[in-house]
Formats: sequence, C-alpha cells, structure tokens
Amino acid sequence: MSMIERPYYSDYSSAPIQHQFSPYADNGGSVVAIAGDDFAVIAADTRLSAGFSIYTREQNKLFPLSDGTILGCAGCWCDTLTLTRILKSRMQMYQHEHNKTMSTTACAQMLSTLLYYKRFFPYYISNVMVGFDTEGKGCVYSYDPIGHCEKTNYKAGGSAGALLQPLLDNQIAHTNLDKVPKEPLTLEKALALLKDVFISAAERDIYTGDKVLINIITKDGIKEEAFDLRKD
Amino acid sequence: MASILCPDVPSPGFGFENCRRNALLENKGLAFPKAQKTGTTIVGITFKDGVILGADTRATEDTTVADKNSEKIHYLAPNMYCCGAGTAADTEMTTQMISSQLELHKLNTNRIARVCTANMMLKQYLFRYQGYIGAALILGGVDTEGSHLYMIYPHGSSDKLPYVTMGSGSLAAIAVFESRWRKDMDEEEGKQLVRDAIAAGIFNDLGSGSNVDLCIIKKGEVDYRRTYEEANKKGIKQGNYKYPKGATNILSTKVVEVEDVMVTRIEPERMDTA
Amino acid sequence: MFDPMGAPPALWHNGPTPGGFYNFPAIQTRPSEPITHSKSPVTTATSVIALAYDKGVVIAGDLLASYGSLARYKNCPRILKVNENILLGASGDYADFQYIKSFIEQKIIDEECIGDNIKLKPKSLYCWLTRVMYQRRSKFDPFWNNIIVAGIQDGEPFLGQVDKLGTAYTDRAICTGYAAHIVLPIIRDFLDKNPNPTQAEAKALVLKCMEVLYYRDARSFSKFQIGIMDKEAGSSIEGPLTCEENWEIALVAKN
Repeated sequence: MSMIERPYYSDYSSAPIQHQFSPYADNGGSVVAIAGDDFAVIAADTRLSAGFSIYTREQNKLFPLSDGTILGCAGCWCDTLTLTRILKSRMQMYQHEHNKTMSTTACAQMLSTLLYYKRFFPYYISNVMVGFDTEGKGCVYSYDPIGHCEKTNYKAGGSAGALLQPLLDNQIAHTNLDKVPKEPLTLEKALALLKDVFISAAERDIYTGDKVLINIITKDGIKEEAFDLRKD
Repeated sequence: MASILCPDVPSPGFGFENCRRNALLENKGLAFPKAQKTGTTIVGITFKDGVILGADTRATEDTTVADKNSEKIHYLAPNMYCCGAGTAADTEMTTQMISSQLELHKLNTNRIARVCTANMMLKQYLFRYQGYIGAALILGGVDTEGSHLYMIYPHGSSDKLPYVTMGSGSLAAIAVFESRWRKDMDEEEGKQLVRDAIAAGIFNDLGSGSNVDLCIIKKGEVDYRRTYEEANKKGIKQGNYKYPKGATNILSTKVVEVEDVMVTRIEPERMDTA
Repeated sequence: MFDPMGAPPALWHNGPTPGGFYNFPAIQTRPSEPITHSKSPVTTATSVIALAYDKGVVIAGDLLASYGSLARYKNCPRILKVNENILLGASGDYADFQYIKSFIEQKIIDEECIGDNIKLKPKSLYCWLTRVMYQRRSKFDPFWNNIIVAGIQDGEPFLGQVDKLGTAYTDRAICTGYAAHIVLPIIRDFLDKNPNPTQAEAKALVLKCMEVLYYRDARSFSKFQIGIMDKEAGSSIEGPLTCEENWEIALVAKN
C-alpha cells in the first residue's frame, strides 16, 4: 500500500510562518497622469495602506519638484519618502549651482539615474512624472522601479495601474476605436476622464480610495484640485 | 462489478482521484487557480427577542474586488440563518448541504430543527475535512429552547456566545461589541449596533466593503434585510463611455456560402407505460 | 548517442556540458553564510494609542513587556516626555526602544548644552526618526518598533508614526500593533461624528479603548499610562492607571 501524497495548498499550509525581515512593504496607491499640448495633469489617491488595513486616508502622493515638474509615487512608502527627499535636495543643489531651475527633461533623466543607482536594492516605487518637454508640450515620463524610463502622453501606475492602463489606451490613444474620429485632448476632457478612471479603480481595487488629489500644470503654473472617492 | 449496462453508482462526496496528479503537477511548477475568498466582516448578536446577523457584501480575489454585492447570509432553515466567511464556494456549498439535511431532519422528526443540531452537523462536517473546507461560520437562530448564536471555525470547533464576529474585519467589529453590547437590548438598538459593527469592518478593513446586510430572527419570524444600508455610494461618472456603432475597424471580411442542409425532424416518442 | 532534442552531452566523463561550468571534484563552492541580524523582536510591548483633540494630544500605552507569550515585566513605561514640546510612545521590541530612548535623551542634553533655548520640535524629531529607522532597515538590521511622536507645533496638535521600515505618516488618530486593527475603527468613527473633541472627551475615549484592548489583545495589560499635552495646561504623563473591567459576559456566555 502506498501512502497518498498529501497535496500542498499554500492557503492551508500548517508550516510555521517564518518571521523573516522584509525591507519592503506594499503601501498601495494609484497614480494617473495625462498630458495634452498645453497642459499636463497628474493625480493620485490619498489612501496609504498595508495588508488589509488603512494607515491614513489623507496622504498626498504628489511631489512638486519645481514650478513645472511634478512627480507621483505609489508603492513602498518608506522608499518614496527617501527618494523624494533626495530629489528635493538634488533640485536645490542644481538651482544653486546653475542659478536656474531644472527642466522636466533633466528631472526625468535624473530620476532614472537615481533609480538605477539602486539597481540591486531598488526603491520599490512606481513613479510617474509630468511637466513640459523641450518643445513646450505637456509630457509624461513613467518608470519601472529600477530606472527604465519612457516618455508618453498618459500613464496609469501603482496598484490599479494594470486595471486602468487599457482604459486609457482606449479612451486617449483610441486603441480599437479606429472608426471614431480623434479629437485633440482638452484639459476638460482629461480631467473628466481622470476622475472617472479613479471612480472605477476605487470600485475594484482595494488599495485605491478615500480621495484623489489632482495637480494641473499649465502655462500659468500649478493648480490643485481634490475629489472624493468611496471609503470602503 | 461495473459494466456499461450496470455502472457503479459514484460514491457521494468529494472526488480525490486527482490529488496525486495535482501534487505532482504542482511540484513541477504548475500554478493552480486561487479560490475566491471573502475577506469579510460577519457578525451576530443576541438581543431581547432573538438574534441579529449581519454581513458586508464584498468578495475579493487577492487585491481586486470580485463581487461588489455578494450575499453572505445564507438560509439554513426557516428559523435559522448562517453567515459565511472564508472560501466563497465552501461557505455556499456547506450551508446548502446542511440546509437540505436540516429539511430532511425536519420532515423525519416532524419538528422544527434546533440550532444546536445545525451546529453539530456543521462542525462534524467541517472537522472531517480537517480545515481543508475553508468555511468560517456564524450560525444564528431561534428554536424551542430560545435564541442561540454559534461561531464555527473551519477546523470544526465552535463557540456559543452572546455576540460574535468573524472574517478579516472581525477585529474592527468586535471592538464595537465590546464597548457597546448589553444584555437584553431591544430590536432597534440591536440593529444599530450590528450596523455599526459591520460599518467598522467595511470602512477599516480593506477585505470588507460595499453594503450592510442584516437578518433579524425572532420566534416564528424572520426579517431578512438584504442591503439594509448602502454604506458606499458609487461615484457619478462625468464622461460617456458608450461606443458608437461600428467603432471598431473590420480588418477583413469573408463570406462562406452555407450549403443546403437536410434537416430531419424526429418526433418524440411517448414513453411506453403499458 | 547524440540526442538532437535533448541537452548536449558532457565533454568528458563527469565533465561539464558545452557552455556549462566545470565543478571541480571534492570542492563545494557555496556562498558563505550571510551576516545575521536580529530578525525578530524578543521582549515586546503591545499597542500604543494616540489621538489629537482641539487643543492638544493624548497618547496611551500599557506597562507590560512580554517575553513571547509570557507576561514577563509588568512595569515597563513606554510613554516618554522628550521635552516641553514632545511626547513619544513606542511599541515593539523593548530593548530597541530603550536604545532609541537613550540617544533621544542624549540629543536633548546636547541641545540644552548649547544654551540657545531652542527646543526640538515634534516634526523635527519625527523626521529624524524616519531617517534613523530607514537607515537601519536598509542595513537589514531594523529597530523592531513602531514609534508615535506626539506634540504641539505652531499651535497645532501633531501626531506622526514611524515603523521599522521607516514608513511614516501623520494623522489625527494613530494606533500601533493590535490597536490599529481593534480600536482605531472606534476612534475614527468617533472623530467622524465629533471632529473637534475636548480633552475630557478624548481622554474618556482613550480609556475606553484601553479597556477594549485589554479584553481582546492577549499581550495587553490592565495597568497603563496616559500622556497628555495641552496647548494651555502643558504636558504630563499620568499613571499607572488601571482599566475598567467587566467580565459579566462570562455569566451570559454559558452554554
């Protein structure tokens, strides 16, 4: 008679939980950025959470680096705090050294370098940066945790990123909407879409909710807006 | 001996014939689908005239919400209901099966089934499967002996208490009970207390959410309040996301002529009852 | 012999395959054991509760330090008055807390020695602790604590929390450990209904929370301290206080 091997189901494992230290935490949060010809908007929810609990409902995850560049961060919050502090000091050093503010393109490159510097102990953050490019048009830079950088017009990152990106592809880039005439993206349309995608994300992603903070960059500077989401 | 003419009656219960194969496949790195879990807040209290059960309505699959209005208070018998947390399929099937057994029990004995009977049936069933049936239950009901409230763990242990909570939001909910529950509360107070306990879970536990369901069981009377309160209102969309007709490009078209097919209609024959 | 579909054969008997490394016989190359650090707490203190009211802050924690499941030391205070501006509470490893406490105290002494009458403010200490905790987590040798910094800065109550990773946030109500799961929901509900409680209301709520925590957290204790910092009345640490207890439920709960 042979013993039937007992199947292993990770959910029902009776093995003792190993109390091993992990330097990372997933604190959730989503960031969405959209850029048009004369504007760039970036928004992030304000829920900071870990596991099944909410740390705080009012955590700003948008970091203005200069009057024309904003960074949005989601992921490991302790890494975000550290990275943004380093960025802030780098911005100041640049200002003092060159007597001018760093351009968005330079910021984008600097962030990529800073992230790759920690290649083998990365900052576990999904970063999205917005500003104006060298031609004066709105632009979005999105990153992976170790410094890959891509310039786009729109990006959804963070816990609901995978949920929202296809929707943005469809609504902004008109993927699979070949027959619908493409109109230039206005700020009003971008803001409406931004709010709508966050409503959807809050419905299905448990780490997105409470409130959205929106930063709008135009020629006139940065404007802030807030907008409530469901709190469950 | 089984044959085509006389097949073996399949044995009731679960089939385990694939266990060894699955263990082998899993060792080779095949990922198995995850069961839908209800990270849940379920609660129950006793009050002056009976028991009140409560549940949230979110079902999750890892970090995404799988069901925004899932029903977690299950029917067991006319005088008994049961809240389920844990693996959605397990709570559903276990309560359905015990419900049918209770009905048979009622017909056999010609009496209203007692809550302690249901508790025994549930815990003995769950114990047999050593926790592999992931159902954490709160059983409440009223019978000839009065009102009763049990909590039953997946491994088959049970507790009889005047107020209980289970699921991932149980800690949030128990704090509400520990600070406000009293003996012999009236119905309105009881409903408010259960609502607040579920709301504590909905708003503070990410595994729980959406609406509050209540079930008030009194002697000879059940008041099942599906969506007692819509704790969260969905935001109002500003844009219109309806696609105009023909929005998607047709890449190629191919027309295939279908040959005439002979269709023979066979009239059903009457069963031979001679 | 040669199998076109399978792996290429070894170059010689027991030798490497083409493109593979040769394992020298009788030499086992294994990475040396990594340096081990404290990977789990030893003597631990349970939750801290903190709440901001209209004119100040309340912070509370019990006096027990547990050794695993053993209620080992029953008089371990962990609510600290750092200076006139700051109260501090910590949960987690008690030894780490005492170490952190010692260098915070030294920091205050150094500051007094300068004699310019500038006192450390809560946000500064909070920010500094964030860096200390993050630096230790980056060395894989964390301080196993959750620290709450409470105080008043620029006339506004301040509450901030730092954990062992350096994760930090501020809010009007903060709890660590089990309290974050058990009593924080009650406190949030209370603040939703009454956004600007008075000191008496806030203190009553914290007392109730300590009682609930004592019922449900197996590592908690009935003796505790409360630290209060008020804009007008200044700061004080009260205690040891004792929880209200009511175990009448035991009589109701008989089968």
